Amino acid sequence: MKTDETTIERSDFQDYALIRPIEEGGAGFRVAFTLLTLVLLGGWVLFSRQILYGLGVTGLNQPVAWGFYIVNFVFFIGISHAGTLISAILRLSNAEWRRPITRMAEVITVIVLAIGGFHPLLDMGRPERLLNIFTAGRLQSPLLWDVTAISAYFMASTVYLFIPMIPDIALLRDRGVWPHWFYRFLSWGWQGTPRQVAVLNRAVSIMMVVVIPIAVSVHTVISYIFAMTVQPGWHSTIFGPYFVVGAIFSGIAALMLVMIVMRRVFHLESYLKQIHFDQLSKLLLVMSLLWFYFTFSEFLTGFFGNEPSEMRVFYYKISGAYAPFFWGMVAFNFIIPVTILSFRRLRTIPGIFIASSTVVIGMWLERLNIVVPSLANPRLPYPTGFYIPSIVEWGMFAGAIATFILGFVLFARFFPLISVWEIQEGREQSVKETSERLKGYLPDEPSAARVR
Amino acid sequence: MSRWGMVIDLDRCTGCGACISACHQENNLVAVGEEETERDRAFHWIRMLRETSDGPSGASVRFLPQPCFQCDNPPCIRVCPVHATYLGEEGIVGQVYSRCIGCRYCMAACPYGAKVFNWYEPEWLGDTEERANPDVSRRPKGVVEKCTFCHHRIIIARDEARAAERDLKDGDVTTACAESCPARAIVFGDLDDPDSRVSRLAGNTRAFRVAEDLGTEPKVFYLSERE
Repeated sequence: MKTDETTIERSDFQDYALIRPIEEGGAGFRVAFTLLTLVLLGGWVLFSRQILYGLGVTGLNQPVAWGFYIVNFVFFIGISHAGTLISAILRLSNAEWRRPITRMAEVITVIVLAIGGFHPLLDMGRPERLLNIFTAGRLQSPLLWDVTAISAYFMASTVYLFIPMIPDIALLRDRGVWPHWFYRFLSWGWQGTPRQVAVLNRAVSIMMVVVIPIAVSVHTVISYIFAMTVQPGWHSTIFGPYFVVGAIFSGIAALMLVMIVMRRVFHLESYLKQIHFDQLSKLLLVMSLLWFYFTFSEFLTGFFGNEPSEMRVFYYKISGAYAPFFWGMVAFNFIIPVTILSFRRLRTIPGIFIASSTVVIGMWLERLNIVVPSLANPRLPYPTGFYIPSIVEWGMFAGAIATFILGFVLFARFFPLISVWEIQEGREQSVKETSERLKGYLPDEPSAARVR
Repeated sequence: MSRWGMVIDLDRCTGCGACISACHQENNLVAVGEEETERDRAFHWIRMLRETSDGPSGASVRFLPQPCFQCDNPPCIRVCPVHATYLGEEGIVGQVYSRCIGCRYCMAACPYGAKVFNWYEPEWLGDTEERANPDVSRRPKGVVEKCTFCHHRIIIARDEARAAERDLKDGDVTTACAESCPARAIVFGDLDDPDSRVSRLAGNTRAFRVAEDLGTEPKVFYLSERE
């Protein structure tokens, strides 16, 4: 009975649940892949109209020259802070509960950065002239800072995702998982020798330190696109840190959404436990309060300054056309998540799912509230603009979300979503190491000689 | 070296819109049609702002024709990623249509909304394309464009002056909007020439510039008894 033998062999491996989707595949993958590819293609079909006829097919107009594409650009790049930054901070601070989380966080970053980084191209009137940025680029322009920071972040986070994956890829290679050449190539000859382990750990330590300042710079520089102009509602010194806080905030929420979904789909309940969600949701709660603090400071200073052009934007958000979006943002980013996450009884998996969803939506609304109202209320006494996105822009939004899910589906098909070797390392070494470390924190045992 | 500037007398302006029509003819601006205009995509290098105010003698309307202000310190050129918009030697803010990537950052950064974008490929009605002004380049879809202070006229006037072996003098060159204004509300000329009409009017006590506190140093001055 050959099948029985393989079953026994497989169950030998304690963390088999983590690589089951890769070894066994399944119809679910094919269905999801087809559906998502269709959505993505639909988006591109709509978008081809823009390529053919020009940006006129969007809902953009004379005062509101930026819309969904820029909103989504800021939003997706914001989500990218989920990953690498959180994973780096957790690794750096030796947080042991990070082990099942880091991989997923890093995957989010890489996928979402690719999507977000593509959005400025969608927004360009002449995308074929993209290379002008390199041949005629002005480094004084905040857009060039963006290009630099985002490409640096993309490279750093890709490397930071890949390096800790090498031992897992080697595991799949050794188990003879199809496609063999793929895993053989990507495992880079990993044999798990002490020297290789030392080099790997060293590389991870370097990357986690390098990645933090890059991540902070990315969203700071994105806020500078707006803050470096003199437009009301944009020209604010608080924008850099405000954007970084918002980015980490939306990133954690997106990370928990992904974790909850993946836990359900791949039956990872024994790996992603209540305690992990509990820790992350405390982080989310802190970020929610920080976000509110920044928003409050930003709007209160604007209000007391009482500049006419500034006040037009202010009232446009507070009580004007954008009031539903503004108050929706406050409810989604602050009232709902803080209510849910403050009470242990509500901090269940479904509760966290709701809180994370509202935060992701709320942060998208925040980006909308930043980009459009300032443009719709120009300084001069011209009729204020109004912006209604067209079907093409909605199509590309759907396409972007489909790409995100598709990226995850593909990744989960070929790589383990939870780092197998890091879980094993935690089980075999860190339990002992951590208790040693804990003893180091405590006062030393009085030695016999000192005791009178 | 000249420093071109403009003075617009709001007490003379009747809001007739002749300047807008003349500008369209001169600079090959294509009408976008009713539907696009309703979508806020009207396409002007000089546009007519309306300012309504409640005075002691009831509500009143003031018209404010607005070209690009050709700032000495332009916020738009500071943000352009590809050197597609620049401050020329004579103080005119230019746009390089063949280099612009259409990111519209300059539009977002301009505090006066003076720049316009080609949302579609321009559509020429009837034989208008054959009658287009050969001195002004036509723009493709997807690039930003703006008022040039009729830069081509300056070049022609300078060439003519050079052929006649004399210096350019005040009144040799004027813009299409100034030329067409029936109320003679618009005056164009060299701000560095202290005797030119434009610099004398710019020193008038009625003169003011829009949103001067932004430090953009516009070279378009308005004259008005009110404010």
